[in-house]
Amino acid sequence: MSAEGIRSRQFSCLRKILERAGPVCHPDFEPSAEILNFISNDCKVLVIGAGGLGCELLKNLGLMGFRDIHVIDMDTIDLSNLNRQFLFRRKDIGKPKAEVAAEFINKRISGCNVKPHFCKIQDFDEDFYRQFSIVICGLDSIIARRWINAMLVSLLVYEEDILDQTSLIPLIDGGTEGFKGNARIILPGMTACIECTLDLFPPQVTYPLCTIASTPRLPEHCIEYVKLLQWPKENPFECSIDGDDPSHIGWIYEKSLERAACFSIRGVTYRLVQGVVKNIIPAVASTNAVIAATCVTEAFKLASSCCSTLNNYMVFNNVDGVYTYTYEAEKKDDCFVCSPFFRVKYMDLPHDGMKLNEFIEFLSGLQYQMKNPGIVAAFAERNRTLYMSGVPSIEEMTRDNLKKSLKELNIINGTKLIVTDVTRPTPLEIVIRFSEINN
Amino acid sequence: MIQLFKLKKNGETATKGTTKRSSAAQLRITKDINELNLPKTCTTKFDDPDDLLNFKITIAPDEGFYRGGKFTFSFRVGPNYPHEPPKVKCETPVYHPNIDLEGNVCLNILREDWKPVLTINSIVYGLQYLFLEPNPEDPLNKEAAEVLQSNKRIFEQNVQKAMRGGYVGSVYFDRCLK
Ligand SMILES: [Zn+2]
Repeated sequence: MSAEGIRSRQFSCLRKILERAGPVCHPDFEPSAEILNFISNDCKVLVIGAGGLGCELLKNLGLMGFRDIHVIDMDTIDLSNLNRQFLFRRKDIGKPKAEVAAEFINKRISGCNVKPHFCKIQDFDEDFYRQFSIVICGLDSIIARRWINAMLVSLLVYEEDILDQTSLIPLIDGGTEGFKGNARIILPGMTACIECTLDLFPPQVTYPLCTIASTPRLPEHCIEYVKLLQWPKENPFECSIDGDDPSHIGWIYEKSLERAACFSIRGVTYRLVQGVVKNIIPAVASTNAVIAATCVTEAFKLASSCCSTLNNYMVFNNVDGVYTYTYEAEKKDDCFVCSPFFRVKYMDLPHDGMKLNEFIEFLSGLQYQMKNPGIVAAFAERNRTLYMSGVPSIEEMTRDNLKKSLKELNIINGTKLIVTDVTRPTPLEIVIRFSEINN
Repeated sequence: MIQLFKLKKNGETATKGTTKRSSAAQLRITKDINELNLPKTCTTKFDDPDDLLNFKITIAPDEGFYRGGKFTFSFRVGPNYPHEPPKVKCETPVYHPNIDLEGNVCLNILREDWKPVLTINSIVYGLQYLFLEPNPEDPLNKEAAEVLQSNKRIFEQNVQKAMRGGYVGSVYFDRCLK
């Protein structure tokens, strides 16, 4: 049989959907044989993550007729992955997930061409991401999600303030945690983006590094201090932290107690240490399967226009029976990421007596969830670095600013700040507005 | 609903957006610096924390030929960063096949292989690698490269001599041991 013949048999089911009209089709849908060609030959899909969700996504995409697929993953295969990451075998342990997954799919599904990238998403720039028609995320990292979200927004082109839709790359995002999961579609610039709905994410408890290092108040601050700063420095067991090793937890427990004593903080317990250090997210194979199936179905709908797509956020929960619910997450007009780049971004603060360290805590709080913000004030004459925790020499020189108020740092209504953080591919430029000025 | 199939069929992907909007050198370097994640053999020095375009990075290798030495590089980030790499010079006189006596450094990512997606961090890792694996194939200091190729022991002795402060051949090196 000819290659085309095999192909038409391979996807005969899809052709029934794409080449015939029906009562549940989208009203604008025009059935044609061209659509399968588009899906197979022109629709380039990027899958981010080749783990639990990623394996499912790649398999589903291949079986739904997509052939031009790229996959990025920076991890290697571990024994504990094998129960659900079904593209991997025992012999693959230690090899890059992206490469093994791609090889498996390419061998198993004829015609499919998955191209692996064993690296971080941050290793690629705009030119790389611009080549795709759809991006699907199966990640467990919120930082990476936020980064790719902002990257896709940055690719948008506006023509006289009107969004040019050909520059839009839909982002389909899947996430699972135990028996719960969600799938959503983001049309950057048009519908709610990850950043618009940051408050949906279980507020990951992370603390600003400056608080951990200089002004701890909570027992968790002390534990994080030992985990993030003291362990790498003293390296007591000549290896990285293993949350399952009682001697590791014991060491962190003791050091955290010492640190807590220095600051008269109470409440450090062995259990709390375990909780903070391990931060475990359980993985359930069937949840991954449901969420990945939803994501790829939506990719198929987007690529073919055959049916209306998810609008726009689906939650799934099978802890107690099966529960699912879809609603329209709302786009924030003043979103720092997806409002048009030409619109000035304002940040409203209560008053100019706010201390810089309070401001940093505010940036790290629920609303913005930054991890390690570096802050530079863009004054007319010159830029002034207010604080950067990551670079010891700068941290030392700017540490005194933490205790100063924004007013003392010459920040007035209308001052522009440049804030950079790992959650974004580019720094954020914001204009400060105070509700109240102290005299 | 967005019609990907029709959009992509009629017009190709928009490429007008290739002009990078907010990637002025200042913005980008702020991000690079904030996210520096250096190996413990490296330290930074900023004379002025408000000037992120000019700074120094010192590498003190803890293995290889140059173990025990301390080498300072100056970084000058120009207005076209990240479309052009920063200018990096070695301020410590060093006997090294890929660093000449004026402090010019031969590292691929500082010239032909530079890409805007690379960062200051990538350069520091590249420099650190030069001390671990000096590369005689592509020399700036031809003499040092020849010695490295012909006799590793002599090369090692020469490196030691230079780092302790003294002459290698007719060239004087300042002491740069930790
Ligand atoms: Zn948004």
